[in-house]
Amino acid sequence: MSTHNDYNFAFIDENAKKEIRRSILKAICLPGHQVPFASRELPIARGWGTGGLQVTLAIIGPDDVLKVIDQGCDGSVNAVNLRDLIHRTTGVPTTFETAQASIIQTRHRIPELPLREDQIIVFQVPIPEPLHYVEPSIEKATAMHAEKDYARMWVSLYEDIVNYGSVTIGASYPVMVHENYIMAPSPIPKWDIAKLNMANCLHLFGAGREKRIYAVPPYTRVEPLQFEDKPFKKEDFSGHVCARCGAGDSFLDEIFDEASGGKYWVCSDTAYCDSRIQKEAAV
Amino acid sequence: MNEPVISVEGLEKTYGEGCGRCGECTGPDYNTNVCRYCGSVIALKDVSFELYQGEILGIVGESGSGKSTIVQCLYFDLEASSGLARLFPYDRGKANILTLPQSRKRYIRNHLMGMVYQNPLLGLKGYFTSGGNIAEKLLTADIYNYHNIRTRSARLLDRTEVDLEYMDRLCRTLSGGMQQRVQISKALANNPPLLLLDEITTGLDVSVQARVLDMIKTIQHELMISMIVVSHDLGVIRLLTNRTMVLKKGRIVEHGLTDQILEDPRDAYTQLLVHSML
Repeated sequence: MSTHNDYNFAFIDENAKKEIRRSILKAICLPGHQVPFASRELPIARGWGTGGLQVTLAIIGPDDVLKVIDQGCDGSVNAVNLRDLIHRTTGVPTTFETAQASIIQTRHRIPELPLREDQIIVFQVPIPEPLHYVEPSIEKATAMHAEKDYARMWVSLYEDIVNYGSVTIGASYPVMVHENYIMAPSPIPKWDIAKLNMANCLHLFGAGREKRIYAVPPYTRVEPLQFEDKPFKKEDFSGHVCARCGAGDSFLDEIFDEASGGKYWVCSDTAYCDSRIQKEAAV
Repeated sequence: MNEPVISVEGLEKTYGEGCGRCGECTGPDYNTNVCRYCGSVIALKDVSFELYQGEILGIVGESGSGKSTIVQCLYFDLEASSGLARLFPYDRGKANILTLPQSRKRYIRNHLMGMVYQNPLLGLKGYFTSGGNIAEKLLTADIYNYHNIRTRSARLLDRTEVDLEYMDRLCRTLSGGMQQRVQISKALANNPPLLLLDEITTGLDVSVQARVLDMIKTIQHELMISMIVVSHDLGVIRLLTNRTMVLKKGRIVEHGLTDQILEDPRDAYTQLLVHSML
């Protein structure tokens, strides 16, 4: 694959990168706080990962190794094209292996393999404002964050329990970061929420359309909102294992099998699944 | 009864620039709120009063006299232009609550005051259930136990005679009278020492009015809450309040025991008001 030399390193110009990096630094200083930034035009449309892409392009250097995943998969369209764009404008090597990557850009999953201190994970965020569903005005929501006025967010959980017996939020479950700000962890499944808590790696969140950057630094407490007597529950895959690698400890996708008319489950994190199969084969 | 809950001195609310002469040309004597020199509206001026523990203070006056503006300034819905208001349960009355930072004002609103608006959907969220609305207030007091929230909400609704079957109904689907009761439950949720009632029975039919007023009186006896009752209805004032302030064009024209004001009004305007009672 050829690299484009006509563009600046990592596509966006240095001044723009500087501005994005400044927002990133501010976001790291205020864990969970949404920092506005001037979202740039990119050769992909807003809503297709431009926030995550700009964060990645602003922080990537020639020594980095890049991994891009989309719903846990390295090979789906969004991941392939973003990886292609970043590789062609920077020339940095790319990988599917979670352990080898220094920057992992992701759409809605955190890899199963625990990340290290020298790794950065960049999330593509569609709706950065967790209060969006209870307060449509951005101005008011900002004031609510400033005053830690989160009662209404809690009421939405309360109403969910009243109506359905449990909280029905599937993805982007609201979390409290460092006992200060409520944050939308991008639409990762509830399965991944625990991985954010006291993690070794740096998490950066970029919302291109909404022009916000936020972060969870390493070793930061991240707690899902839960009532004392209604504990947070992640997805339950008990009784199912991955049809490819046999894993029972990873987030599984339910797949409809047209041939047999039945269903089977496979690991959502394809790199994790492949590494298990390889290990099995080596033994 | 000898300790004040709130004391207000020189409360003023002006819309517009204001000039040095606004005070000279407005008020009941001139029968206008609008300054003839600068065009500013003097909604409130020189409003001072004290409210004691367990006391109910009435504020009466015609439309536009500024009675709702007083409670809205005290509940921080409006920003007072100047004045000193000391709320004794807050920092033992040392601070002027009108100039506190937003976060402190929010604390006072959630913990030390309750407000009941004429329009219940100002105080409630129509898209939440009755129970959810009360939960919102309880959650501001850091009660994060679902079971406790449910039982406390149920008890509060029971006190305001709301049937438990309405607890999990969306507020906007309830009748006006029912919404008003839910709103009162919500205002009482964190046992505030001060309750502000702004025209709460206006818009309800007469039988519901009577029951709501009765309920307010019972609650006041049980909890010994101090209340400020704003109403244009002298019947409500007579039934509920111990003391009454009569407001006209943003100024207090008469202030005294309710019986006295209703039976023996001194001020010409109050006389007119009492005589025009149905």
